[in-house]
Amino acid sequence: MGLKQNLHKLKEKYKGTKMAPAFNALHTFLYTPNETTHSGAHVRVVDDLKRTMNTVIMALVPCLIFGIFNAGYQHYAAIDNTLRLDPLGNFFTWDNFILGAWTVLPLVIVSYVVGLGVEFIFAIIKKHEVEEGYLVTGMLVPLIVPIDIPLWMLAVAVIFGVVIGKEVFGGTGMNILNPALTIRAFLFFAYPTWMSGDKVWVHGAQAMAGQPDAISGETILGTLAANSHPVYSLWDMFWGFIPGSVGETSTFLIIIGGLFLIFTKIGSWRIMLSAVIGAIAMGLIFNGVVAQGWIQEGSKFYGLMNEPFWHHLIIGGLAFGIVYMATDPVTASQTNKGKWIYGFFIGFMSIMIRVFNPAYPEGVMLAILLMNVFAPTIDHYVVKGNINKRMKRAKHLKAKTA
Amino acid sequence: MSKDIKIKKGLTIKLKGEAEKTLSSAPRSRTFALRPSDFHLITPKMVVREGGKVQAGDTIFYSKSNELVKFVSPVSGTLTKIERGAKRVITEIIIEADPQDTFKDFGILSPDSSSAEAIKSRLLESGCWPFIMQRPYAVIADTEQEPRDIFISAVSTAPLANDVDFSLNGKEKELQAAVTALSKLTKGQVHVGVGKSGSSPFKGLKDISLHNVSGPHPAGNVGTQINKISPVNKNEIVWTIAPQDLVIIGELLLTGKFNPDRIIALSGSEVKTPKYYRTRIGSEAATFLYDSGLKDENVRVISGDVLTGKKISPKGHLGYYSNTVTVIPEGDDYELFGWNKPVFDKISTSRALTFSWLTPNKKYDLDTNTNGEHRAFVVTGNYEEVFPLDMFPMQMLKACMVKDLDQMEALGMYEVAPEDFSLTEFVCVSKQPHQQIIRNGLDLMYKEIG
Repeated sequence: MGLKQNLHKLKEKYKGTKMAPAFNALHTFLYTPNETTHSGAHVRVVDDLKRTMNTVIMALVPCLIFGIFNAGYQHYAAIDNTLRLDPLGNFFTWDNFILGAWTVLPLVIVSYVVGLGVEFIFAIIKKHEVEEGYLVTGMLVPLIVPIDIPLWMLAVAVIFGVVIGKEVFGGTGMNILNPALTIRAFLFFAYPTWMSGDKVWVHGAQAMAGQPDAISGETILGTLAANSHPVYSLWDMFWGFIPGSVGETSTFLIIIGGLFLIFTKIGSWRIMLSAVIGAIAMGLIFNGVVAQGWIQEGSKFYGLMNEPFWHHLIIGGLAFGIVYMATDPVTASQTNKGKWIYGFFIGFMSIMIRVFNPAYPEGVMLAILLMNVFAPTIDHYVVKGNINKRMKRAKHLKAKTA
Repeated sequence: MSKDIKIKKGLTIKLKGEAEKTLSSAPRSRTFALRPSDFHLITPKMVVREGGKVQAGDTIFYSKSNELVKFVSPVSGTLTKIERGAKRVITEIIIEADPQDTFKDFGILSPDSSSAEAIKSRLLESGCWPFIMQRPYAVIADTEQEPRDIFISAVSTAPLANDVDFSLNGKEKELQAAVTALSKLTKGQVHVGVGKSGSSPFKGLKDISLHNVSGPHPAGNVGTQINKISPVNKNEIVWTIAPQDLVIIGELLLTGKFNPDRIIALSGSEVKTPKYYRTRIGSEAATFLYDSGLKDENVRVISGDVLTGKKISPKGHLGYYSNTVTVIPEGDDYELFGWNKPVFDKISTSRALTFSWLTPNKKYDLDTNTNGEHRAFVVTGNYEEVFPLDMFPMQMLKACMVKDLDQMEALGMYEVAPEDFSLTEFVCVSKQPHQQIIRNGLDLMYKEIG
């Protein structure tokens, strides 16, 4: 009881001061506030934005934990290839965990500390409460970057993403682009050597480059874009024992997370489903093009175009993007019909970019950002349909009375 | 001829403390109050001064903008006090009641043989006009314009609401008189929505067009029924009237007396014996609250249902339009880890560690806590699940917030009242005040266009 009363007294003390938003942000993590309804409905549902965001984070935690083990596993497996013969047996080990935690947790900490720091500063300047949007963004960011990204780069990117991607538009709920992807896109174009190639996906690859025992690890997309054959089995890809961004390798855990989001009604099943349909559609078209013989072996597009359409769903960051980032309600289409269109084009464009832009074979980031920009337009036309119906009704009536 | 209206989208909120279907008479109230704030956008022009004697039916004040619209005393007694708030706005007019009522006699008017003109002027002079609401704008009806149709909802789907079939029991005569009179005021129809099952007293009446309504809340909201029967278009006006107000109108026509009796449902988890009371518009809530007894001191007394009612003090008075009084616990307390722990005892439309979906028939004891802080709109798609009207609720709210009149009109603002957004407000994760936003939007439109 004591803590609750003491915090209440502190809250009253800080009320109206500049520190109030910062204090309240921390206070409300411990206790939901004593705020009551004033106008309108006197009772409210139990869900608030914190719970919503927290649900997404819960869906991400398995990916994070897997990512930690995978970071260690990929490092040791790159040194000693025999480990790959029994991935399951050599995956959940202390060595993997310690190395992974040592490399991944700093990313998480930097992402949260820098990002929330910016949010707090803006909340204090603009005198509003600290909104929860960054809780999810802060978790997404470490999962979609390469393991060895220097922390200062991450910090710079986070500041850029939060300020330019979100705060200039008015904060959580007002942004046009997904902040996590804005951060990744910034890294991608500002520091391309740290974001692609075959030296960034395995811990230590960059540091040991040029040495006799140098290790490397290419993503499957990179391999395919170079028209070679990936060394990993389909099951490895599905379970996620492959190099890639920290948390997006395990399709299995992403599916579990996606189902959890759909079940809790936090993530939009419309977007997820239509994005998968879109990706399959584009994949089938490319498979058809190859089957027709229009693209021959030797073409630079052949490797990715020839990949069976359903493989696209389990390689690269497509699944992760669809489940956790395309569904961001603020930047997605806001109407139900719009969500179908929006999701479909994300899947469709992802595969298209993947195939036609082998220099940057990960298409989902750009596809989502592109569709973020088009989402308001899609909504505009969906809403326009309803408006036209209403106008038609009124016109019909006028004709009748005239 | 009756038609079926079936509502699919919505949410029936099941709360503890449903009123038992027994009718008691509340003790006669010592004072009665009229609150001008019950009549939206009406500025009162007083007729009676402090200390003046009134009969039931005597005009107390009229609308400053239209002196035909009169507001009359629900009781005979002495006007003892005119309470004023900021800028000398009248907040409450208190009338101390006589031990026995004397009524102003308006004379009997047979609805069958009277002209529309006679009926209209009788409704105006007797103070019955304020019972007639209009859409667009959800305000007291304009006296100049003829309505396209008149809509009456005799279904209650709101949480712990007054069961219309029960409270109208035996009032067929008054209802018939009222609907016949109203049917003369429009070239269109008098549409009445009744519950699909149940024995509504409207079922045998003439001069109406009957609709069988079924589905979750807000199926009983008149706005939902209008949208399904015949939506309001630009430059059209429809009227809406609550069924209990029809009884008052009917009695006035049949007896010549303005006798504003109310049968209210006293409900809510904090009421010891929730049941129905016969009382009168403007009565002290204490007369029935303490007859039935409250479980706790720290409660919220609502004149109306939990979604649309107004907060009153336990010593306050029953609102002009209320036929329900709900008492629920105040939620002015902190809750440890309320935002992430699993929740079993509160309602949620998601399944984010909230488990109300497991027990769809459980009755809940909700308090007034907002369960979170006010935020910008973030989540999408959850309003649509509980919003049966054919329009886009979130876009509408945003249009109102940025005062985009063209967009508001295009999205269907003429069709709605704040109460249509009570469920979206209930489920709102960002805890936005939807009804207030819509009210402000309607007021703006009324000022600029209406």
